[in-house]
Amino acid sequence: MNIDEFSQKPVYLASKSDVIQDTSRIRGRMTIREIYNTHVKEEFPASQTVQALESVTSKRMTDILSEAPFSGSVTEQTTRIPVLTHGNGLHQENDRLKTKLSVTNKQRINGHRRSCSETPYGRSMQKKSEMDIQHDKKWESRFYESFEDPPIWTSILTYISFLILILVGHMREFLKKLGIGRVKNISEPNIPGFVTLYQTWESFYHWYIFRRGKDTLYRAINSVPGAEMDVMDRVTDDHYWTFRYTGTSTRVINFGSYNYLGFSQNTGPCAEAVEKSVNELGNAICASRQELGYLQIHKELDDLVADYLGVEAAITVPMGFATNSMNLPALVEKGCLILSDELNHASLILGCRLSGAQIKTFKHNCMEDLEEKLKEAIIDKQPRTHRKWKKILIVVEGIYSMEGSIVKLPDVIRLKKKYKAYVYLDEAHSIGAIGPHGKGVVDYFGMDPKDIDIMMGTFTKSFGAVGGYIGGSKRLINHLRLRSHSAIYSSTMAPSIVQQVISSMNIILGRDNSRDGIKRINQLKWNTRYFRRRLQEMGFIVYGNKDSPVVPMVTFSPAKVVYFSRYCLEHGIGVTVAAFPAVPLEKSRIRFCLSASHTKEMLDKVLEMTDKLGDTLSLKLSRKEPAEYGDSEDQDEEK
Amino acid sequence: MYDMFQALLQAPSYHLFFEALLIIWIFKLLFFSKAYAPESVLTEKEKEELIAEWQPEPLAPEIPDDHPVLMAMENNIITGKPGKYVTINGKSCVNMATLNFLGMAGNPSVEAEAIKTLKKYGVGSCGPRGFYGTMDVHLELEDKIAKFMNCEEAILYAFGFATIASAIPAYSKRGDVIFADEGVCFAIQKGLVASRSKIKWFKHNDMEDLERLLIEQAKEDKKNPKKAKVTRRFLVVEGLYINYGDLCPLPKLVELKWKYKVRLFLEESLSFGILGSNGKGVTEHYNISPDDIDLIAASLENAIGSTGGFCCGKKYIVDHQRLSGLGYCFSASLPPMLATAAIESLRLIDEKPGMLVELRENCEKIHSKLSDINGTVIVGEPISPVKHIRLAEPSTDRDFDVQTLQKIADLSRDNKVAVTLARYLEEEEHKLPLPSIRISVNNQLSDEEIDTVFTTLSEAFQKIITH
Repeated sequence: MNIDEFSQKPVYLASKSDVIQDTSRIRGRMTIREIYNTHVKEEFPASQTVQALESVTSKRMTDILSEAPFSGSVTEQTTRIPVLTHGNGLHQENDRLKTKLSVTNKQRINGHRRSCSETPYGRSMQKKSEMDIQHDKKWESRFYESFEDPPIWTSILTYISFLILILVGHMREFLKKLGIGRVKNISEPNIPGFVTLYQTWESFYHWYIFRRGKDTLYRAINSVPGAEMDVMDRVTDDHYWTFRYTGTSTRVINFGSYNYLGFSQNTGPCAEAVEKSVNELGNAICASRQELGYLQIHKELDDLVADYLGVEAAITVPMGFATNSMNLPALVEKGCLILSDELNHASLILGCRLSGAQIKTFKHNCMEDLEEKLKEAIIDKQPRTHRKWKKILIVVEGIYSMEGSIVKLPDVIRLKKKYKAYVYLDEAHSIGAIGPHGKGVVDYFGMDPKDIDIMMGTFTKSFGAVGGYIGGSKRLINHLRLRSHSAIYSSTMAPSIVQQVISSMNIILGRDNSRDGIKRINQLKWNTRYFRRRLQEMGFIVYGNKDSPVVPMVTFSPAKVVYFSRYCLEHGIGVTVAAFPAVPLEKSRIRFCLSASHTKEMLDKVLEMTDKLGDTLSLKLSRKEPAEYGDSEDQDEEK
Repeated sequence: MYDMFQALLQAPSYHLFFEALLIIWIFKLLFFSKAYAPESVLTEKEKEELIAEWQPEPLAPEIPDDHPVLMAMENNIITGKPGKYVTINGKSCVNMATLNFLGMAGNPSVEAEAIKTLKKYGVGSCGPRGFYGTMDVHLELEDKIAKFMNCEEAILYAFGFATIASAIPAYSKRGDVIFADEGVCFAIQKGLVASRSKIKWFKHNDMEDLERLLIEQAKEDKKNPKKAKVTRRFLVVEGLYINYGDLCPLPKLVELKWKYKVRLFLEESLSFGILGSNGKGVTEHYNISPDDIDLIAASLENAIGSTGGFCCGKKYIVDHQRLSGLGYCFSASLPPMLATAAIESLRLIDEKPGMLVELRENCEKIHSKLSDINGTVIVGEPISPVKHIRLAEPSTDRDFDVQTLQKIADLSRDNKVAVTLARYLEEEEHKLPLPSIRISVNNQLSDEEIDTVFTTLSEAFQKIITH
């Protein structure tokens, strides 16, 4: 086949399907390669001409892909005729975004990120069989995720506000040197001969920027962190350098704790079982798993977790953070490659670092970037020695707590199978919180848990306890029982904690002969959709997936975040905030953590307050249509 | 200039021609030589082949189902409270394995406190300290620890292992230097790795070797004063070494600290609540002010009988971890019921220092008794609650020795004395201690029980070694 023939192909295709109509909408953003991939590849075996063409276009491809957010959905559009309602919304969105793109195109990272994560349809470059497409349709049509950028002037104002903070900080530092002003920092005493312990910038950020909003974090409570909690009142006499507790406390609605299924309770079946276990087994073990610290109850928990996850075996660790940092080094070593999502949790990053393997990050939830990196890694082999990689481990999280996004698991599995990599899935926030049976992202996408090599999660969030687990094949878990740092060098979980997990897990599984578990799961799902839909309808920029119970609402300016949080606390709502360095500088955010124990009245109260504050602080910056929350509406009526 | 031009004109034409050729040739060598290198760009097909060819190693090695350690975990079913006695496979054994030195893990008043808290707060705290995971009981426990240790401030971690492993990298960064004892426990080793600093190991408890390294460093610093100004120097030691059961020579370490201007971090997981007349650890044992130590870290999982750990020291040092201690910032906080359990344990230790005297007496008794077992060496200080029994004549084959010791442990377990081997990740330890049976002493052991332990162990040793 020569070039001339090739260029005629779209005409040929037009007669076959409505591709022309679709491409015209996309205004020439469809490249030859895509057309080729979509249609020609199936018709003609790869010839050298086409290969040459590909190599020319492939470089341009990456540029184009980062510009055009929806060009890749061509595959789906052509196969999904008639065009879905979703699709129509998409095109409108596409036009609107394109105008925005010309402004923000310089922010390449943002631009690319949007292209990777905003489209509800994964872009697919591979030739797909009809069955694959059918399968993908199932999840992709449900999958909605959004990361809207602010208008340009908001970004500029945010940067200016940081600039002012820094300038004022420097002025105060200067005045301090002159001996004027009342800077009350607990500065490091100068011990002669010793090198100072801290770097200047670290302290500077802490003293002059972080301090101003310090009261929004580290709030102490003195009650159960349930649907409501008592926040201890504190005052500052010295502009947030130090705090003093007044001894009183305020009852607030709790939107800050990770109490997804509402198991944080001081009464009820769990608490009763825990009390019994303390009486029977004491309050600590004081020995490691391999050194006679592995009790019958731990074995019971290990088996229950494996059963819950649908895997062969599981191992439990007393701390969620340590589950990652102490077990990853047992799985990969020098000569292995870790492909880690750029927004992975600190514990995963630490675990990866301790393992000694080479670490590469890929763009957040961007499967194209992951595939690119996978390909590159296998082809280029190890740097310097050029040996083949021993193993490649893809490390992803189920729900990303700062972004509220859900991992595109079906794509991860597809890539993992194609490139023979292993997958480490951290379900810290997703286990219990999503999926029709509360079994995390695997359940959410209806996948087979055996496809995931390492299933990790924590008991802190949905189960109202503390600790973590790793589930997988018998072979893997046996290896961890012998080689995990936690199996040898740390004591096992306290019996009370074990009992809490066992009890709450049995309730979720419905083994207590009640519908309590499934009720909690459905309530959380309803709460999530209702809350997210209402926020989006009000015009707020809400990040993440429509099913994620962590709801980050971006306010951009750090001052607004702090104001929002303080105002909420004064009016009986506790929310958490995230600002630099936990999130990008210009994307400070409020986070609402939803729970099954929240009632509609509670949600409405918060929504009302947020609505009011949104007007005051002009936070309603979204220019997108809200996502479709079809089934949530239905349930709303039912309610 | 003009002369040069004249000379150029007068030069013979063949000469000019030759020079021009030379210049062209040099240009070619400089700029075009690479163009002739064959291109090593792979075609798509080759790439696909490479991808298809690549086979990864299995994720985990094949482990036989009857691996002795796995079997031990599977078959030794432990039920009931592991206190002074532990029930293994339905048999009640004297517990010489768990690090429950003061019996706090099964103490009724500690349990009562835990249950009281459970009824107020539930089990989990459902969040990290920053996000509503701080409860008044955490603040109270931090306060109590700081007062107990005579320090300005204490910071609480949710897990013992993560305490020192997070504390070290919070201060020591790339480019800094850490002097560490070769015998430090695994948690410290991981902290050292995570810091990415330059580690200088000195021989276990060998102060001369340490001083040699410090002098070396001082010389290096003198050579490069600019670099020395920004290179922080740390000294990390354990109070009571869990792998050896011996004490660190703290007075000498403090002296070296001031002499060579290094910051001293002390890990007291084993000595906290045990050593000193009031259980304040090695500092009290040697009568050294805690102000001389920059940071003291300890786990609450041993003598205190709870979960978690803490660091304490000067406010300006400890406070830093609240923003940069990874295990503190990014982990859920300690369940409140375990925090109040720890508060109660501390109160008991403070109230009844007699417990510590009992424990020390038991430690010394057991030490002198066990020293009499033929064919073994007992490693550690007499006052240490952890003792390692090693073979007096180890063979060259480590695995064989481990097996021998395991047989001894199994036999004594069958005769109702529960002991365990000290387990290590053999490939990952910096310096692997010799195989040993680790004995931990409880303050509640009576003389008769100590005798039983001795006779059972010595019989087991005689039987297996002479076999």
